[in-house]
Amino acid sequence: MTEETWIAVAPKSAVPEGEMLGVSAGGHQIALYNLDGEIYATDNICSHAFALLTDGYFDGDTVECPLHAGRFEIKTGKGMGPPIPCDIASFPVRVVGDDIQVQVTPKT
Amino acid sequence: MSASGARYVIVGAGHAGGRGAEALRAAAPEARITVIGAETYPPYERPPLSKELLDGTMPVEKTFVRPLDWYAEQKIELKLGVAATAIDRGAKTVTLADGSSISYDRLLLTTGGRARRLKMPGGEGPNIVYLRDIEDTKRLKERLVPGAHVAVIGAGFIGLEVAASARKYGCDVTVLEVAQHPMGRVVAPEIGDWFANLHRSHGADVRTGTTVTSLEPGGRGLRVTVSDGSVIDADLVVPGIGVEPGVELAQAAGLDVQDGIMVDEFTRTSDPDIFAAGDATRHFNPFLGRHLRLESYQNAQNQAIAAAKVMAGGEDPFEELPWAWTDQHGVNLQVVGAPLAWDQLVWRGSPESQSFVLFYLAEGVPVAANTINSGRDMRPIRQLIRRATPMDPAKLANTSLKLQDLARG
Repeated sequence: MTEETWIAVAPKSAVPEGEMLGVSAGGHQIALYNLDGEIYATDNICSHAFALLTDGYFDGDTVECPLHAGRFEIKTGKGMGPPIPCDIASFPVRVVGDDIQVQVTPKT
Repeated sequence: MSASGARYVIVGAGHAGGRGAEALRAAAPEARITVIGAETYPPYERPPLSKELLDGTMPVEKTFVRPLDWYAEQKIELKLGVAATAIDRGAKTVTLADGSSISYDRLLLTTGGRARRLKMPGGEGPNIVYLRDIEDTKRLKERLVPGAHVAVIGAGFIGLEVAASARKYGCDVTVLEVAQHPMGRVVAPEIGDWFANLHRSHGADVRTGTTVTSLEPGGRGLRVTVSDGSVIDADLVVPGIGVEPGVELAQAAGLDVQDGIMVDEFTRTSDPDIFAAGDATRHFNPFLGRHLRLESYQNAQNQAIAAAKVMAGGEDPFEELPWAWTDQHGVNLQVVGAPLAWDQLVWRGSPESQSFVLFYLAEGVPVAANTINSGRDMRPIRQLIRRATPMDPAKLANTSLKLQDLARG
């Protein structure tokens, strides 16, 4: 039985405001976003075709896939219409000291 | 006719047909929607057919716009494996190959296209595989065995993607292109040559300025003679020489057809109750100020969505900047804009690198761009082109300046 755990993934200074960063934790590829000082985390892999969202374009509260221009809400992972077939996971985030931690269920 | 209880029929169950049905359902929850398709698969996306589906890295189901059971959940009737054979505009019915007919209030034609055929002796046969649908991909995949010699005719997106997939399988690959540069219809010669060299570095023999003069059975399968007199002994020939729009139904029904079903920016044909979207259309683009026919994912998807919204009572035109992509040997090329001419190319990043942008300027105004492994730049590039104002080339080339800042002006 695996349980959700908090995993430190990056120092907060590594994700300046308006920027994003790809990290991995517990077997997940995760995209971190800094929106107006608040950190959000989603799956980093587009649910349409294989691409890292952190190679895409972060604009407002959405991220656009670099391959086929599908978009997701960074706060929720919600897919915003075609060609996105389904939402992506969104992970709880907390900042402890300078550490960004995400809560994930490790993949075994 | 109220949009809610309307009877919508979509002829053509490709990518455009699927997205059209999805958008119609969203816009008209109570409408009756039927999608008619000659193929047995539910609507699917075609880009993987020459790439991931061909090289075996994607299962067929992953190409589907929506899973098969989704249509039933959405009360969208799919009539697959049966072609539409005629439209009676007076009676407002569509006749199917099984003899049945179906009536419509509004009709959407997403009849796509077919691979253009080689118009020369030997242009059809067991060793020539045209690529347009899933069955074609399956047929081609079986033939891509290590050591097989594949002659690709045409160095456009499809030809070059097939060439890359065939090299992955360990085939010997020769690419024959009539023009002096690959992908000449969509990119500058400099980009075409960059990709020719990419393919050469992966072991393909890329010959531009080369015409096929004859195709004859013999040797391993087909003997391909080209304009310099040399002969290529091929197991298999894959022509990738373009798409012909599927206009027969529209033409027979008396709609305005001129190398594509003519539609305005609202996807309306010359019949007020018939709309059309996707590869089959020649549509008016208000931003470009002209009609054009596009065989692209964007056009299939977004023109169909635009059509569905107008059919259900919406008033928004389809007026996107044309955009397309190709993936070859791990390199992603995206093309935005459809310029008839340009007078300056501006490189942002070095073509010696594996990641750069090329801007096309006409009298100082960016009219198009290519991104090579730089898809993230596409959004601000679109904004820059949309602005249609002159830009300082030195600023565009300066990678220490952010494109989003330049796009804001």
